[in-house]
Amino acid sequence: MKFSALRSYAYLYLLFLYAPIILLPIFAFNDGTIIAFPLKGFTIEWFRQMAGNATLRTAVQNSLIIALSAAIFATTLGVFAARAATRFSFPGKGGIIGLIMLPLVLPEIIVAVSLLVVLLGIGVKLSVFTVILGHVLICTPYAIAILNTAFNALDRSLEEAAFDLGETKWSTFRLITLPLVMPGIISSLLMSFTISLDEFIIAFFLAGAEPTLPTYIFSQLRFPKQIPMIMALGTCLVAASIILLTIAEYFRRRGIARTGGTDAGGFL
Amino acid sequence: MARATRWRRFTRSEAFSGYALVSPTALYALLMLAAPLATIVAFSFFKDGYLTVIREFTVQNYIDTWADPVFRAILLRSLFVSGMVTLTTVLIAFPIAYYISFHVSRDMKSRWLFLITIPFWTSYLIRVFLWKVILGYNGVINSGLDIVGLIDQPLNMLNNVQAIVVTLAHAYAPFAILPIFVALEKIDRALLEAGQDLGESRLMTFWRVTLPLAMPGVVAAVLIVFIPTIGDYVTPQLIGGGKVPMVANLIQVRMLDLDNKPMGSAIAVSAMVIVTLVSLIFLFLNRRFLRVQK
Repeated sequence: MKFSALRSYAYLYLLFLYAPIILLPIFAFNDGTIIAFPLKGFTIEWFRQMAGNATLRTAVQNSLIIALSAAIFATTLGVFAARAATRFSFPGKGGIIGLIMLPLVLPEIIVAVSLLVVLLGIGVKLSVFTVILGHVLICTPYAIAILNTAFNALDRSLEEAAFDLGETKWSTFRLITLPLVMPGIISSLLMSFTISLDEFIIAFFLAGAEPTLPTYIFSQLRFPKQIPMIMALGTCLVAASIILLTIAEYFRRRGIARTGGTDAGGFL
Repeated sequence: MARATRWRRFTRSEAFSGYALVSPTALYALLMLAAPLATIVAFSFFKDGYLTVIREFTVQNYIDTWADPVFRAILLRSLFVSGMVTLTTVLIAFPIAYYISFHVSRDMKSRWLFLITIPFWTSYLIRVFLWKVILGYNGVINSGLDIVGLIDQPLNMLNNVQAIVVTLAHAYAPFAILPIFVALEKIDRALLEAGQDLGESRLMTFWRVTLPLAMPGVVAAVLIVFIPTIGDYVTPQLIGGGKVPMVANLIQVRMLDLDNKPMGSAIAVSAMVIVTLVSLIFLFLNRRFLRVQK
């Protein structure tokens, strides 16, 4: 091995990245209320507690509604913007796209605070709906980043061919463009869903009295007695997001294969 | 008549199609982002009444904010912590990006990137909390060292800046790795060979060819890590135990707990301006690396 130093550094770094996640299932199945070594024994008590928790069930329901709506709206808005950005040139394009992508580089607390002030100012009651409004805003830039790649990989001559063969603009889009970018759309849906499901600050400010999964977890972290159950919950969440991501990655690769490109790798 | 044909020509132009297509998303961003941002800027110049806001122009909020030693201390600490986080994150991320770009075979690259992004997509709150578990008084490291017999007394590793740095360096790792990786991938490998053919050592080639060409990625990584970490709320709260509050915690207290919206807005706007200024200065200092390369 020629670059063994660099390689071992890379493996150490992976260990650093995965250390917290490896601990999660260990303590979720540990029969002890204190999160520390040595381990006490095996139990599924914490998973049972988790399944019987009514507030948690409400929080999960709320979060699923929010994440599903945010994913659908953000991806729809993303399709419009990505299509416009990749297919047309128009004056002021950089500025408009820049504004849409701004939440990527804006601290989330600023987005949350400014939305809160406006929503309270015009008398909107804080609820699941207001969280959706905020989450669509922060998911859209990620959706656009993914969809830009999908639309860029699209061969324009395919659309022109359909157009020449007598299809209308709309039927060309439905029959040719949409199926070709479908993998990008699915991976954007999954990505937005995951981001929204995990988002804390905006939900913390905009949910009012409604619990979402992250705000519920945050409120429980103060009580040492609840920690093992949160570990069990975390284990389930990690498992769920790994499954979702694997599906997203599968569709991303299939999309690249379908449009005949090469894999440049990475989500962002 | 002439106006009608001009209008019709405009509706058929490429620009019109572009505007029509981008308008739903742009409208959403205007209503939900630009308007609220403008509102907090406006609020920051209003007076605070009890439970209401008095629409009367004043710069008193800014004077009060900047005269407040607590605010100045917290802002300085936020800048310092974010700076440390950024430095650490980028320094430990660079060798990884370099390794993946230069020493991993083509078909394994996307697998490595996938591996690096997975932890990032798992619950942020739980990841932060797990660092508390790892570093805590009777946490993983302390109980581990105790079993081995290396320490008699648990080490105090929480509630300080170092703990926040470790946690955030972990949380923002992929944000630093990906831009650097992309920049490294763009480097023409022939340039490196040329450098070595002309008698430079490996190290000097890295220093004089690879690093300058990778700088756009490093600059992007620095900004992508610096800007969100300065507004981080969860980590100072959980890992700092409320003992090392940062700007976001201050904004939250002023906005929600004290319900002083003009004051909270003034702090938020001040923080935003400072972050923007620091970012611009950083970009300016690195301008020679950012010139478009053919």
